[in-house]
Amino acid sequence: MTPNPTGPQNGPGIEARRAMMALCAEAGRSELEAAVARLGAPAAEDLRPPETGLVMAEGRIGGDGRPFHFGEVSVTRAAIRLPDGSTGFAYHLGRDRTKARLAAILDALWQDSARRAGVEAALAGAAARTEAARRQAARRTAATRVEFLTVARGED
Amino acid sequence: MYVAVKGGEAAIDNAHRLLAEARRGDPAVPELSVAQIRAQMALLVDRVMTEGSLYDPDLAALALKQARGDVVEAVFLVRAYRTTLPRFGASVPVDTGVMAVERRVSATFKDLPGGQVLGPTFDYTHRLIDFALAAEGEVQAAAEAEPRDDAGHCPRVTDLLARDGLIEAAPPDDGTPPGDLTREPVDYPADRALRLQALARGDEGFVLGLAYSTQRGYGRTHPFVGEIRVGEVAVDFVPEELGFPVPLGRVRLTECQMVNQFKGSGAAPPQFTRGYGLAFGQSERKAMAMALVDRALRAEELGEPVASPAQDQEFVLAHCDSLQATGFVEHLKLPHYVDFQAELELVRRLRAEFERKSEPVEMQEAAE
Repeated sequence: MTPNPTGPQNGPGIEARRAMMALCAEAGRSELEAAVARLGAPAAEDLRPPETGLVMAEGRIGGDGRPFHFGEVSVTRAAIRLPDGSTGFAYHLGRDRTKARLAAILDALWQDSARRAGVEAALAGAAARTEAARRQAARRTAATRVEFLTVARGED
Repeated sequence: MYVAVKGGEAAIDNAHRLLAEARRGDPAVPELSVAQIRAQMALLVDRVMTEGSLYDPDLAALALKQARGDVVEAVFLVRAYRTTLPRFGASVPVDTGVMAVERRVSATFKDLPGGQVLGPTFDYTHRLIDFALAAEGEVQAAAEAEPRDDAGHCPRVTDLLARDGLIEAAPPDDGTPPGDLTREPVDYPADRALRLQALARGDEGFVLGLAYSTQRGYGRTHPFVGEIRVGEVAVDFVPEELGFPVPLGRVRLTECQMVNQFKGSGAAPPQFTRGYGLAFGQSERKAMAMALVDRALRAEELGEPVASPAQDQEFVLAHCDSLQATGFVEHLKLPHYVDFQAELELVRRLRAEFERKSEPVEMQEAAE
């Protein structure tokens, strides 16, 4: 297998890989630990030791105009190589190095088309949990939807 | 000039030990955990993240614990921590238009596509102390309802007005990278992007006071809240080694679109103008104040007289940072013995001269 079959050179896989990365970013460390354990992932070596740093978040003036820097976010990144030479990467909000490294392992495994379904199955619980949380949040928000009425004055 | 002093090591060590004990407080009372601060002092955590200019709720909660709840001290700790970290780069600009809205209100239109949702708000509470909170107890579960079909799509109020050309467009993205005041000192005049960065991390009290001053007539802008929205947005970052936007996770933001007095000329029909605010977490007061001051600072651009403090960018930007302000104010309490000795000497000499000159002439003669 090639080390990085869904690299930037072939676009269609990127959205699926991004979705998996977003799920790992949102999942808890214990969920990623369970997924890696379940997959029986081989020992990974660090391409770069997990590292915490900053990303400057940009907003846009008026929401859709020229960008501006509105503040930094803490980010932890990890890059690993599996014994077969495949590589995986992770960039997550926060400072959890262990979690970022686990996500990088899952990223490497996911890129192997033979293991992709297994990775997705191992993360299905986390996906269901985050989706349920999102749905519940939306339902709670919906219960606060308000209809304001203007009170007519005089003859108007 | 400040001349350093030395000594007092034992007293300083002991003062810090005393601080640790004072921070802990009565040992008979359970200790606060960082998770408790994060969850139950959430708006305070949001404020420390906003003014610390670093989104990391656990770190902000820990800073608050270390600072005994002192916001400016916690901001200091967060800012100091960030200087120890490398910068990986800048994010893809976040898209607040696709925010997962938890709260969205408009003071300009009652019927909005996507609807208005109050979310968790203090608005419309009676502001009566709830003594029931002094006792521990179960909280009634929040109500739930099926979201309506349009709930997932909340266009900006400014987009609705822009359709008919009734409001000015946001300044277009011309590809110029925005300035970064954490990298280079601010040069005046500062452009709007740099001003917004400074306001975003500015002290809430200071920015709020300035915003209020514009309402009271010191640089009036006739504002309406077009929209406030609170919710999570995804943050993407393009690492060099990957070359595509990697989702870092989601951050909660508050955005305020202020719709302000209109302006027209012989050449252009009248249009509403805008002010913009954006803050980490649920920080509505800050986002609103920021939007008001953003608009006030556009006075020159919009051909308005610059006569009030909130319109004076050097005054606003140079003084809105709580850390800079506290640094300069609080350094006054550090030993200034050498400085003060010099002043003391000078005052004594001047007084001696004054006394000599004011002695009656006969007395002087008698003395001689």
